[in-house]
Amino acid sequence: MSNILEVNNVVKKYGDFVALNEVSLTVPKGSIYGLLGPNGAGKTSLIRIINQITMPDSGEIILDGEKLSPKHVQYIGYLPEERGLYKTMKVGEQCLYLAQMKGLSKAEAKKQLEYWFERLEIQGWWNKKIQELSKGMAQKVQFVVCVLHKPKLLIFDEPFSGFDPVNANVIKDEILELQKQGSTIIFSTHRMESVEELCDHIALIHKSNKLIEGRLDDVKRKFRTNSFEVGIVSDNVEGLMYDITQKFKVGQTNFKSLNNEIKLEIQLGNATPNELLNLLTQRGQVTHFIEKIPSVNDIFIQAVS
Amino acid sequence: MSSIISLIIKREFFAKVRNKSFIVMTFLSPLLFVGIAVFVGYLSTMKADTKQVAIHDETGLFANEFLSSNKNDAEYKYLDLTAIDIKSLKDSITNESYEGLLYIPKVPNNKELESKIQYISNESPSLSFIENIQDIIAQKLTKENYQKANLDTIAITNAKSKVAISLAKASGEQSVKGLNEIKIAIGGAFGYLIMMFIIIYGNMVMRSVIEEKTNRIVEIIISSVKPFQLMMGKIIGTSLAGLLQFFIWAIIGLSMMLVASYFLGLETCPAPKIPSDAMQTAHQQMTGTAQMYVQELWNLPITTILISFVIYFIGGYFLYSSFYASIGAAVDNETDSQQFLLPIIMPLVLAVYIGFFTVINDPHGTVATVFSMIPLTSPIVMLMRIPFGVPLWQLALSITILFGTFFFVVWFAAKIYRVGILMYGKKPTWKELYKWLKY
Repeated sequence: MSNILEVNNVVKKYGDFVALNEVSLTVPKGSIYGLLGPNGAGKTSLIRIINQITMPDSGEIILDGEKLSPKHVQYIGYLPEERGLYKTMKVGEQCLYLAQMKGLSKAEAKKQLEYWFERLEIQGWWNKKIQELSKGMAQKVQFVVCVLHKPKLLIFDEPFSGFDPVNANVIKDEILELQKQGSTIIFSTHRMESVEELCDHIALIHKSNKLIEGRLDDVKRKFRTNSFEVGIVSDNVEGLMYDITQKFKVGQTNFKSLNNEIKLEIQLGNATPNELLNLLTQRGQVTHFIEKIPSVNDIFIQAVS
Repeated sequence: MSSIISLIIKREFFAKVRNKSFIVMTFLSPLLFVGIAVFVGYLSTMKADTKQVAIHDETGLFANEFLSSNKNDAEYKYLDLTAIDIKSLKDSITNESYEGLLYIPKVPNNKELESKIQYISNESPSLSFIENIQDIIAQKLTKENYQKANLDTIAITNAKSKVAISLAKASGEQSVKGLNEIKIAIGGAFGYLIMMFIIIYGNMVMRSVIEEKTNRIVEIIISSVKPFQLMMGKIIGTSLAGLLQFFIWAIIGLSMMLVASYFLGLETCPAPKIPSDAMQTAHQQMTGTAQMYVQELWNLPITTILISFVIYFIGGYFLYSSFYASIGAAVDNETDSQQFLLPIIMPLVLAVYIGFFTVINDPHGTVATVFSMIPLTSPIVMLMRIPFGVPLWQLALSITILFGTFFFVVWFAAKIYRVGILMYGKKPTWKELYKWLKY
């Protein structure tokens, strides 16, 4: 089994509103899978269905080769976007309770908790009440609750919101560590830079439909525009521009550089990169020559609009 | 799966029991209750000031009757002031040297007198006082009339007969009058207990649901357990906390009653469960029947009452708290819950009224019977009917309907609950709730 999760033609309606329209996804084992989409696209509906919080109207979910059933709750760890814990309950007690709900024995839950509390350096919080903790601290506790039962599939909905950069990094490292240990991670977020950084697969849902799915590299290849960012220092700018505009579509661009050069974005069309490079080297000193790879952000905006 | 429910029950129970306000209420309420009971008991032992009533009797017939009714500890004391001019007497009422003035004018014949007597006072007198005066005058007048007609008063008195019908059931047990009040009091006490429990702890269930919703923890929990399990765990856990609280109240209340009555030398307070007039009616019966009362109380279907109490308690509480739970799930905060709470409180209040006004008059009449079948009122109304003897088939039918409705309502409430707990920022309407049922 190379896929931990398969979503097949899932439909979910709320009254007349269709939240998910025949959505199918395939999440490979061991991947970090970015689930993207604008607000109200249907991401949360899908995540709730995977967590068996709501039932799909039609379609099926296969988890690790088996049809999704109540016993699978212990294989999934879920960190919802809307977070919260019992305010007046003590941290340790609360974690124990939630872990036992996931099917852990009390002793096992305690052992795991001690491990995680030490790992995240929050041992001193065991007897504190949640209301005594700051928001970020409570988030940490919630992260522990989510991963405590060693789930095969972790679903994080905006995991970094509410964390300061230091703690966000701690959590990011933990996520990568969990992946190393064999967990698969579904990652729903609006922060494209973290998708870029972490995800190897992405899917994009828009208006209840899946628009894009695949390995991040493949998706990027599909969205490449075959254009290059070029930096060139030239004595004869007008001549240079004349030459290029004869053969290529040219636009202004901006990138970071220490030279005082002309910065251009050049669409190759049918030409090869070498043809462009040849032309450029005849006209001046090339300081920058790089294919413009679409960012996840670009892909997102392009797909949605 | 069942271990998960017990896990939830445990958490709910301890969350309630450890709550500060719960602890305070548990130990403060009996103090308040006993305090009030002792205060009332103390007040009722205080003697009211003796009030003086002036009598101006121009006929000279009645004054002595009143004077002879003067007792040392009576509330009213009569003074014969016929000697004083009626006009100045009337004026002096305003000085309030006496409570009121009974004016019996001289009239040609006794017949006319019946409607000519006046009672003049600043404050309107109590009904029982006026009735008492009327009795005294009427008796004296009747006696006078007999004498005028040359009738033998003694013979007439002897000829009068007083009938006391003794009630008996077909099963052969003897019954006593005035027992109805005691019966309704017993049934009423149990019914009232159920109502109080539903209102207090149903509300607690609702608040607990709202708390989980506002805490936003509910999504995590629902990803591990079924909403139905969470709801049932909550209801059971809260009710256990409630039972513990009731138990503590009963123990503290009883021991404090004992202590209070011991130290203050009060007679054991008139048990608040039994309306005092029921006691009075009972007392007015001849003391010889006292034993019969005890006998009769023992003859009440005590086992049936207790067993049905437990059954109706569970059925009624679960039925109502499922409503409370789904209301909690539907709203975002407690203020929004008001519009949905009214239809819940109404049948409860209605049931108590029906119990005290209809059941006591006609325990097996149509109204009482119908409302003891309707599941929303049956836990209270039926419990009030049981001491009067309810046919077994009615009991069985009522319980079946109650539990049938309970399962239907739980299914229905669980649906609203399931959808509601994940809905934020929507102020639900009835229409919206109906839509949720179809999700």
